[in-house]
Amino acid sequence: MKNKSLVSISDYTRDEILRILELAAFYEANPKQPELREKVIASLFFEPSTRTRLSFETAINRLGARVIGFTDSSSSSTTKGETLKDTIKMVSNYADLIVMRHPLEGSARYASEQSRVPIINAGDGANQHPTQTLLDLYSIQKTQGTLENLTVFMVGDLKYGRTVHSLLMALSHFNPVFYFVAPKELEMPCEYKAFLRERGIEFYEQKEMNNLEQADILYMTRVQKERFSDPMEYERVKNAYVLRNAMLDKTKENLKVLHPLPRVNEIHTDVDSSEKAYYFQQAENGVYTRMAIISAIMGLK
Amino acid sequence: MSKQKQLQVSAIENGTVIDHIPAESLFDVINILGLDQITNLITFGTNLDSDKLGKKAIIKVEGKFFEDNEINKISLVAPHVKLNIIRDYEVVEKRDVEIPDEVVGIVKCFNPKCITNNEVIKTHFKVMDKTDLALKCHYCEKNTTRDELKMM
Ligand SMILES: [Zn+2]
Repeated sequence: MKNKSLVSISDYTRDEILRILELAAFYEANPKQPELREKVIASLFFEPSTRTRLSFETAINRLGARVIGFTDSSSSSTTKGETLKDTIKMVSNYADLIVMRHPLEGSARYASEQSRVPIINAGDGANQHPTQTLLDLYSIQKTQGTLENLTVFMVGDLKYGRTVHSLLMALSHFNPVFYFVAPKELEMPCEYKAFLRERGIEFYEQKEMNNLEQADILYMTRVQKERFSDPMEYERVKNAYVLRNAMLDKTKENLKVLHPLPRVNEIHTDVDSSEKAYYFQQAENGVYTRMAIISAIMGLK
Repeated sequence: MSKQKQLQVSAIENGTVIDHIPAESLFDVINILGLDQITNLITFGTNLDSDKLGKKAIIKVEGKFFEDNEINKISLVAPHVKLNIIRDYEVVEKRDVEIPDEVVGIVKCFNPKCITNNEVIKTHFKVMDKTDLALKCHYCEKNTTRDELKMM
């Protein structure tokens, strides 16, 4: 992992994923570790994402490194027409590591080929967001005690939701059972179902939020109006994918509800007080997971 | 091929005959091989009758012998092309084309939000499916299929 870019979750093997989670647990227990005091880390946000940026910058600060960079491209030289290649070539002369978010898909892979220092992809359009996946895995492992043999429900926009696709790929190392809950227009793409069939991983597809008593993890996502070609169809389905506290009544003790945040209305606020709601802690886990990733790439541990 | 059909496009002394090109793919093949950039003598015929293809096209390039990686590019637009290598007016070798494992350059990524469509970058694909043709972009990780195929 040392000096290796993290662009896509498939860049990490099963063992490397487990190593990151182990490190994340270490940093959660020991959050102040100024081991990178001499280092400069660039945080390049070509599109704004306050949530992800703050999580990364907190992780960098906890490790004692300095942050340089920009928070959206209007304050950077890209507005003057500079290519991504030139920006990366320049910044990789200054920084020891680059964290980048960019609206175009494939931008992080390309940057990793142009950069002298490793790149961490903090989201490239609808493509990949591997640190989100690793923090999801950390949350799952922390709450379930294991990643093995879990039954995972994925609910909402399974067609465009990059977080569910990456999570599916990562969990495929750990013998899961999946339930996909989505309207016809947003169902899990064929390529992912083919991938699961190839690996002999069990999955079920359903249009309604039932069978929840089977679930260990309930992973909720936003159903966005603009994803529907027919706005009437959105109106018809939007309430079918809203989780309410009463629906958790007969579910397993160990069930946890996850969501990549921000939510709109897909998790009713009456769920927030439930023991099973885990989405706020999930976000907090992001800092430890990102400390772990930075630490592994910088070769600290 | 009968004598009469051969007469439709004049013979070459040394070089390559690319036969069994579907008529509608002729210009794609010319493009892919960069035949518009070379100075060799080239003759081509199109809308020739073919039992298999209905209408076919044929290209004859004098003094040119293609490398494997060059000719395999043709398979993306015309998978059933046959190559005849000509020396001293005789066919000395017949070859089929094969879909390669990787495609570098040549093809555009279908995804408009892909970095390769927004900055000057050589495209790079892994061939995931050779029968139905699915090219997975090394950058955006999306598949481009035969129907979506566009040349650079
Ligand atoms: Zn692409």
